[in-house]
Amino acid sequence: MLVIRRDLVDAMVAHARRDHPDEACGVIAGPEGSDQPERFIPMVNAARSPTFYEFESGDLLRLYRDMAARDEVPVVVYHSHTATEAYPSRTDVSYASEPDAHYVLVSTREPDEHEFRSYRIVDGEVTEEPIEVVESYMFAHTGADDVPDTV
Amino acid sequence: MAVTVSIPTILRTHTAGEKSVEASGSTVAEVIENLEANHGGLKSRLVKEGALHRFVNVYVNDEDVRFAGGLEAAVKDGDTVTILPAVAGGA
Repeated sequence: MLVIRRDLVDAMVAHARRDHPDEACGVIAGPEGSDQPERFIPMVNAARSPTFYEFESGDLLRLYRDMAARDEVPVVVYHSHTATEAYPSRTDVSYASEPDAHYVLVSTREPDEHEFRSYRIVDGEVTEEPIEVVESYMFAHTGADDVPDTV
Repeated sequence: MAVTVSIPTILRTHTAGEKSVEASGSTVAEVIENLEANHGGLKSRLVKEGALHRFVNVYVNDEDVRFAGGLEAAVKDGDTVTILPAVAGGA
């Protein structure tokens, strides 16, 4: 299950729309061990392609050094699919190498609505997971009327 | 030539969970051989058919070794070698 703040979801979708028809990509970092996405970090797609994304290698090094200095990990790794559904492609699976991350896909193939889904990708195996969108982590899981939102 | 090697999460199963380990060598290839001797299984995750695996980035200090001689890139005493999986994919 991915529990994520609404403003972070909105930021990912806005980034995906902005870069459409190229794929958009980025990370949401959070404290190590928390499984809580907090710091939104949009990345440049070095491939600038509608069918491929890649973090530029210098950007990647700076990103991981910065996260290490803050005791953060990439809780969410996101990218967009601009002409296909929000499901990990064979290429996505072959590159996926953060077994603790939530891999979020946003599809922008429809102009008026977006598809937003989350997966674990471990040892080449894809498992979709539910998403709970919350206004604040402080009030997540507080009671029976805390109905999970869906996007 | 002693260097510090930063290990990404996915490869820490080979280093008993350690985030960084010491290694020696005067090129990236020698450092990887030395890593393999102490942390068996790492080499095949980094090197394929005599070249760096395309899913992996290796840096000596701030430089991606792909732009500095690949496996033959020089490593000096005190350098930091950082291994990071590429973050990439596509529809």
